[in-house]
Amino acid sequence: MRNLDPLRVHEDSVLDLQGVAVHLGGRAVLQGIDLSLRPGEFVGVIGPNGAGKTTLLKIILGLLRPDEGTVLVAGRDVRAARSLVGYVPQSFAPDPDLPLRARDLVALGLDGARWGFSLGGQRRRAKVEEALGWVDALRYADQPVGRLSGGELQRLLVAQALISDPRIVLLDEPLANLDLRSQGDVVALVGRVAHERGVTVVLVTHDMNPLLSVMDRILYLARGQAALGTVDEVVRGDVLTQLYGHHVDVVRVHGRILVVGGADAESLTCNTCDS
Amino acid sequence: MGLWQALFPAGLFTASFMQNAWLAGTAVAVLSSLVGFFVVLRGATFAAHAVPRASFAGAAGAVLAGGDTVLGLAIFSALSALGMASLGSRRDQGQTTALVLMAALGLGSLFLTLGGAYAPEVYALLFGQIVGIGRADVFAILGLLLLALIATALLYRPLLWSSVAPDVAEAKGVPRRRMEILFLLLVALAATAAVPIVGALLSFSLMVGPAAAAAYFGRSPGQALAVAVLIGILSIWFSLVFAYDTGLPVGFFVAAVTAVFYGLGRLWAYLWKIERGGGQVPA
Ligand SMILES: Nc1ncnc2c1ncn2[C@@H]1O[C@H](COP(=O)(O)OP(=O)(O)OP(=O)(O)O)[C@@H](O)[C@H]1O
Ligand SMILES: [Mg+2]
Repeated sequence: MRNLDPLRVHEDSVLDLQGVAVHLGGRAVLQGIDLSLRPGEFVGVIGPNGAGKTTLLKIILGLLRPDEGTVLVAGRDVRAARSLVGYVPQSFAPDPDLPLRARDLVALGLDGARWGFSLGGQRRRAKVEEALGWVDALRYADQPVGRLSGGELQRLLVAQALISDPRIVLLDEPLANLDLRSQGDVVALVGRVAHERGVTVVLVTHDMNPLLSVMDRILYLARGQAALGTVDEVVRGDVLTQLYGHHVDVVRVHGRILVVGGADAESLTCNTCDS
Repeated sequence: MGLWQALFPAGLFTASFMQNAWLAGTAVAVLSSLVGFFVVLRGATFAAHAVPRASFAGAAGAVLAGGDTVLGLAIFSALSALGMASLGSRRDQGQTTALVLMAALGLGSLFLTLGGAYAPEVYALLFGQIVGIGRADVFAILGLLLLALIATALLYRPLLWSSVAPDVAEAKGVPRRRMEILFLLLVALAATAAVPIVGALLSFSLMVGPAAAAAYFGRSPGQALAVAVLIGILSIWFSLVFAYDTGLPVGFFVAAVTAVFYGLGRLWAYLWKIERGGGQVPA
């Protein structure tokens, strides 16, 4: 990978990947990934389908062991650092009749992995209430989750991920099923909450445009390789051309960025435009 | 007065076999609806349907070998649960469940044929009975209930999380696969206890009926679980009374009564919607 800001690697970091390579189904899905993220940083992960974005998250979550390289969360092995990582999954579509209220879902994020059952308790309830407040979800705290809209659910998932006070949150395409306004809302909310709480955010999306105002750095993945840096450093014709391995143009129109590939790269032409 | 005596004749509570039936039936109802709560949460109704049926082959085998039928049930329900869990692919759990069920049913018919006849005890295991429950059975069933209570008390939060949001739970250290196996073993436990009383064909209704109805009445997991157990107990009590009065199999009444509760649940959800001004009928 092109390390565009070598100084940052040596800073005290929340997430450290060094020389990470993953082979799946006899193919290199990720290779030579080095990255180092600081506390409170907002990083957007962009890349075409199959670039390895979900695979990267699985490695950080400890669900997949890299074939080469090391992964450290706050200086520890990922398996020992599970409590420091929050996660918002790519899809969550509960049944409309599921007997689970918004507050129950968020509470699971606090202590769902522990043995036994919880007898409620004042402190637990207050903590859940507080987390619902962070994401503006108090209004529907007692609604069944299966009856909520995509945007409302997304907020709950963010609260569920943040309630355990993680150092880093990973969000896998949280904007996929949202309209433009909700996309903006969710991004602003994640950016604000993470900033206030000093949590590092790694947000995967196909479209970088909703992130432009909040993103500190961008991690661009293609062909299993990565480029990390500010948008101005990474989203440039020459950098992306090298990453993709063929000619790529970057077009800026009305404050939006479009990445346009050559004739042989149809998957690229739409990777930053939305419907 | 006449109706009262017809419904609650003298022996209903005093006959010693009925006392066994009340005890065992109540324990089975609690166990089934407790496990059924997770069955409904996970949308695993097919597995809950398949395990009791597959366990029937174990009882048929026990009859053939001259062994204890409950032991046969226990072994086969556990084996079928483990089979479903270990063969299961994420994409289509139904396929492997069906495969295990077919294998067990095939074995069951083989055992029955080799056994020479459709023995009455086998018939009872298909449709349930209340006359044959001895004190030893009651203690065995209470033991199974105790085991299930301890297991669900321990597993409650991780199993709940893994059932409603498996991806997040797995990311936070609740292994999906292990939870699936433990859940299916709980189903096997419930099936072992329920089949001798409710029958292999219909114990599914005691597992799923109360929990499915409860999902309409309870809003939080705790509420839904409590309501499911309550409905389960009421269902078995009604069924025992009717079965004693009429001499018809318990399984039939359990299926009918739980279906009525389920209908009431749907109606409740519907009225609740109208009350709140929503025009939509729950799907
Ligand atoms: N278990 C697996 N076995 C074999 N190949 C796999 C496996 N999981 C993922 N892959 C491959 O690895 C590549 C990266 O997959 P990944 O899911 O990380 O992509 P992604 O960037 O998240 O794509 P998308 O935008 O579609 O979500 C894909 O080509 C995929 O086919
Ligand atoms: Mg993906």
